[in-house]
Amino acid sequence: MEYVASLFSVALIASAIRVTMPILLASLGAVYTERGGVVNIGLEGIMIMGTFFGAVGAYLFDAQFPQLAQGWPDLAPLAGVLTAMAAGLLFGLIHALVTVTFRVDQIISGVALNLLAGGLARFLNILLFERATQSPGVRGFTPIDIPLLRDVPALRPLVTGVSPMIVVGLLLVIASQWVLTRTRFGLRLRAVGEYPLAADTLGVNVYRLRYAGVLLSGALAGMAGAYLAIEQAHLYFEGMTQGRGFIALAAMIFGNWWPAGALGASALFGYFDALSLRVVRLPVPYQFISVLPHIVTILVLAGFVRRARMPAADGVPYTKEEE
Amino acid sequence: MGAQPPPLFFREIIMNDLFIELRDITKRFPGVVANDAVNLAVRTGEIHAIVGENGAGKSTLMRILYGLYQPDQGDIAVKGQTAVIDSPRRALELGIGMVHQHFMLIPVFTVAENVILGSEPASGLGRLRMREARQRVADLCRQYGFILDPGAEVGALSVGEQQRVEIIKVLYRGAELLILDEPTAVLVPQEVEELFHNLRRLKEQGKTIIFISHKLDEVLEISDQITVLRHGRVVGTVPAARTTKAQLAEMMVGRPVLLELQRPSVTPGQVRLEARRLRVPGSGKRLAVREVSLAVRAGEVYGVAGVEGNGQTELVEALVGLRPIAGGQLLIDGRDVTHATARAIRLLGVAHIPEDRHRRGIALPMAVWENLILGHHTRDEFTHGALLDRPGIQGFVRRRVGDYDIRVADTNAPVLALSGGNQKKVVVAREFSFNPQVLVAAQPTRGLDIGATEFVMRQLLAARSSGMAVLLISANLEEVLSLSDRIGVIYGGEMVAEFARAEATPAELGLYMTGTKRKDEVRAG
Repeated sequence: MEYVASLFSVALIASAIRVTMPILLASLGAVYTERGGVVNIGLEGIMIMGTFFGAVGAYLFDAQFPQLAQGWPDLAPLAGVLTAMAAGLLFGLIHALVTVTFRVDQIISGVALNLLAGGLARFLNILLFERATQSPGVRGFTPIDIPLLRDVPALRPLVTGVSPMIVVGLLLVIASQWVLTRTRFGLRLRAVGEYPLAADTLGVNVYRLRYAGVLLSGALAGMAGAYLAIEQAHLYFEGMTQGRGFIALAAMIFGNWWPAGALGASALFGYFDALSLRVVRLPVPYQFISVLPHIVTILVLAGFVRRARMPAADGVPYTKEEE
Repeated sequence: MGAQPPPLFFREIIMNDLFIELRDITKRFPGVVANDAVNLAVRTGEIHAIVGENGAGKSTLMRILYGLYQPDQGDIAVKGQTAVIDSPRRALELGIGMVHQHFMLIPVFTVAENVILGSEPASGLGRLRMREARQRVADLCRQYGFILDPGAEVGALSVGEQQRVEIIKVLYRGAELLILDEPTAVLVPQEVEELFHNLRRLKEQGKTIIFISHKLDEVLEISDQITVLRHGRVVGTVPAARTTKAQLAEMMVGRPVLLELQRPSVTPGQVRLEARRLRVPGSGKRLAVREVSLAVRAGEVYGVAGVEGNGQTELVEALVGLRPIAGGQLLIDGRDVTHATARAIRLLGVAHIPEDRHRRGIALPMAVWENLILGHHTRDEFTHGALLDRPGIQGFVRRRVGDYDIRVADTNAPVLALSGGNQKKVVVAREFSFNPQVLVAAQPTRGLDIGATEFVMRQLLAARSSGMAVLLISANLEEVLSLSDRIGVIYGGEMVAEFARAEATPAELGLYMTGTKRKDEVRAG
């Protein structure tokens, strides 16, 4: 009994929330790009870029502006996050250019981005830090207590001393759900992912919206990487994303291409991720637990996805008919 | 003194106000004049039908009107003002809206979302005012007597309801003139009635409607004026009240000059291809071919005339084994092949020139030589053990390219590098290889220029002379009349008439093709 209860302890849940964040941020990005009709499996690579540039941005800010960093300790991590998002945007731009403008197969472009990111991170790391696989340490954001919620005794351990990025991430879920369902941009983005020709005949700019979707996915995946490097590990090291970009894609599918669904699915994956980090006493060899997040991903994709409905034109390049 | 009503003759002029006037519109495409000095005047508040056979230039004309094409010559006046319509957006600004034949609707969106897409009512931050949108859609529905729930998901609606959404979409954007491109093609009779009810209501409220169709019954029922197009020219404009179906059919079909072709006399042999009460499903559950019986003998061309979309495509696909047969019997040389595979039918000596060569006839990215041996590629001549025998193939390919005058520099080039006429020649050359016994040719000259058309027609007659049984399916009446020994007319998935060559006249065929007349008994071949 005590054993089972420990699997739902506050400490474990708090940890689950932390490891959910990078998956959630990347899967929000995946929702935007696929709602617009572009599959972006390059999210893993963009996340790698996010981890590296997150660390670089935070480290360089500290080194270049020591006075500022001293006075406002959150500025360096903020610089890291913004650098990571800019790198994500750049990678997203490459993907959009290649797949939307030049209509190259979206999977191939995504694979290329993933391969490019791994090599590029290593190369730049050697260039900057004269080491191959990891960066110097960086500082994270000052943890915050969430007002109002911290006064509820039961929630207290979960809402005190948390990363501000967690708060931002959860607000982004609400905002994204609102944007997709309640705004002109959301309606048009979804239209472009469902039936681009119909949208085009009504004067909706298909290419511009698809670019927007892909760029948003790049920025969000970059942010997800920055979270890993700045808030969790406090440095960049090679391979630290551990396939979370792909898990984020699974979370988006399991969440039925909606931000709120992506949150639920990411939390599920995050929970098993946290579990695999924390469980020490168990009846099976440890390795079984460490592959749990991936097993759950496979089971979910194999079992539940049949009910999911993807955007009708997802993954299909759009050619404007020139008549 | 109060304001006096305008004198009567002024009111007459206002009533007869032209909404749109096309003057001498000419549009050429490589090898064809799609519209040749077309004049068309549509009055405000009338329903004006445009009828014509396939390829008469109806769609081209409407695309010009909706800003999708630019005319090479001539000009357009909208409400008396000369206008350049260079995009659909501009057309809408001028009050011209198009109801597409293939719906441009997003199934997972609601009616209201589909209607407002692209011109959404929105406030700060781009927040949609959905309540206002639903209200506006509901108001439009009420005004024009449309029954539609603005909150319903479009994918769950019937075809007729989806069409209403398309019309509301155009009205929402302020269209005064609605172009409906073959709107009844997808509807069942009850839905047609509902549509006509809606169209009359629109007319009462001052909207102008251009109605494109080739179904003469419907045209006579709904329109005020009818303009007939043939070969890109206007044959005439007549008031619906003062014309008849027979007259319209004659105007549509014309008195064509038949191509002079050498037709050696051939005594037909035994029956090679026979269909007995064939029933074939369409894309949905409904039967596309409801009952077709025909028999084609060796040394004979049997022509199937009909307006496109009356079951020809499905009939051809069933005959060559590409579509399952729901009922009846299919025989080749007396052998039952009703449920045989396409390959089995092919091995019995059935060749097929498909209607859509890109989908069925050739593999575009593959080389010319590969396309020339497709389907024959397992023959001994072309194989060496398990592999293709390139030297053997090259000899064959060289002869075919020479005999059929296929203009290609290098047979290793992909077929997509060839012109349309040469692509067709590749198909013809391949299908005529290895002495087929039966040839099923669907729209064999579609999209070809005059030279290539003649070439294909001569080949069909040569095949007939060599004792092949040829089934020719064509929407082109002239072609059917000049090639066939016997002619069957297909309408609504049924063979409604059969003629010997000498009995058939274009005007008579036209009556059957448009469903105006039907013979009670169709003689079996």
